[in-house]
Amino acid sequence: MNWFQSFLVSSLGQKIVMSLTGLFLTIFLIVHLVGNLQLLHDDGGQAFNLYSYFMTHNPLIKTVSYLLYTGIILHTIQGLSLWRQNRKAAGGMKRYVKTSTATSSFAGRNMAWLGILIFIFLVIHLKDFWYVMKFTSQLEMITYPGQDHEVKNLYQLVSVEFKELWVVVIYSISMVVLAFHLLHGFTSAFQTIGANHPKYMTLIKVVGKLYAFLIPIGFAIIPIIFYCCK
Amino acid sequence: MKINLKVWRQKNTNTSGKIVNYVVNEVNPDMSFLEMIDVLNGQLVRKGEDPIAFDHDCREGICGMCSMVVDGRPHGPLHGTTTCQLYMRNYKDGDTIYVEPFRAHAFPIIKDLAVNRGAFDRIIAAGGFVSVSTGQAQDANAIPVEKAVADNAMDAAACIGCGACVAACPNGSAMLFTAAKVSHLNQLPQGKAEATRRALNMVKQMDAEGFGKCSNIGACEAECPKEISIENIARLNREYIKAVFTGE
Ligand code: HEM
Ligand code: SF4
Ligand code: FES
Repeated sequence: MNWFQSFLVSSLGQKIVMSLTGLFLTIFLIVHLVGNLQLLHDDGGQAFNLYSYFMTHNPLIKTVSYLLYTGIILHTIQGLSLWRQNRKAAGGMKRYVKTSTATSSFAGRNMAWLGILIFIFLVIHLKDFWYVMKFTSQLEMITYPGQDHEVKNLYQLVSVEFKELWVVVIYSISMVVLAFHLLHGFTSAFQTIGANHPKYMTLIKVVGKLYAFLIPIGFAIIPIIFYCCK
Repeated sequence: MKINLKVWRQKNTNTSGKIVNYVVNEVNPDMSFLEMIDVLNGQLVRKGEDPIAFDHDCREGICGMCSMVVDGRPHGPLHGTTTCQLYMRNYKDGDTIYVEPFRAHAFPIIKDLAVNRGAFDRIIAAGGFVSVSTGQAQDANAIPVEKAVADNAMDAAACIGCGACVAACPNGSAMLFTAAKVSHLNQLPQGKAEATRRALNMVKQMDAEGFGKCSNIGACEAECPKEISIENIARLNREYIKAVFTGE
């Protein structure tokens, strides 16, 4: 093994892969949310549809999107692998007859379960929108005034989906799951790359808490508003 | 006072164990937790039964030998306290207490509550030292050390190598221990010469022993009898990254 391979398989190397892919996903979520909030404009979906056309046709963004798919897959595989190794290291599932949860948080103990739920959600979510948009011709094509090309009416698909109560419920619950994953994950990712210092740790913790609440709430209000008020 | 104990009994590494119930009468509130077990062992020996095996040495909180998971918490419920410094006045008459060994894949049970923590010795042997030529002791003030650095290194040096961090960690990770040792030596001028090798080799040995991978849960820091901070883990991460990417 050369030095880089042995780094990647070391415990710290595996963790750094988790941290960097996790931080990449964390940044992606901000971009994704800012884009999605355009669904709430009262313009029949014009802003959102033009935005989604831009996102699927800009070469730079297309490249980043392939990085993103790779990131999700790496994060998931590495996360599940760490989980397997750690359960073995701790001495199996049934460790103590009397267990105490006094010194660990719910989120910290359950990152893998939360991650698995997020992964299931991602599959549902990608099938609902990304798959339909990219691989089927179900979407209506429209040309907006001042534009020289047709765009897919993704907005319409979103508004139909989010009229279903069960879809709204699944999306909302998934955002609670995401919130817990981030509640631990955000600060954890910084600690993993070595950024923990009394000078700025409080700031990382506060920003992490705000992020873990605000981003999932931002995502969750979209289906809720579509269901109740659009 | 009367204490009900539920103690993990296991003959040796290869047999499976189970919880056995004991009642200890006439526990004095000023007894330490270990002294209470001594009393119980006295009763067992008089009855011709096998006494409970457990590790202990200094009984003053400095050697790191005592282990035991008390009611699911390594070294018991008190913060910053070893089992030998846990006193029975923290319990009430009639309390039931579970006593189990430290559990981790890398800490095989020797017997009952005693586990083999040799993995820690091997991590130390991999780099937890400073190589010096023997000879005349150097003048203590010959090498200047910044006060804040000395304080940080001293805090890390407080680790007594007990292994409670591993027993507390849901992942069975030895990061707090290894981080304390690397943090202690890599910050000081005497340790700097071998800093790169130390970080790489100690982590390599830690992995080879089958310890888990740190998820930054923080249970180690909360249970550590010497209150070693997980800031040291971040420092180890930095030292390791530096060693991998810039080391010769
Ligand atoms: C958009 C989705 C996701 C985001 C933003 C995200 C973010 C993060 C972050 C920032 C961390 C902390 C990394 C560290 O401790 O250094 C983390 C850890 C983790 N993630 Fe995710 N994650 C996502 C999805 C997933 C998925 C789909 C899984 C699949 C199983 C998963 C499993 C895990 C696990 C097991 C950990 C803990 C790793 C450890 O510390 O040992 N995550 N995640
Ligand atoms: S870091 Fe704390 S809990 Fe871990 S071995 Fe050292 S003293 Fe014990
Ligand atoms: S017996 Fe030495 S620390 Fe407890």
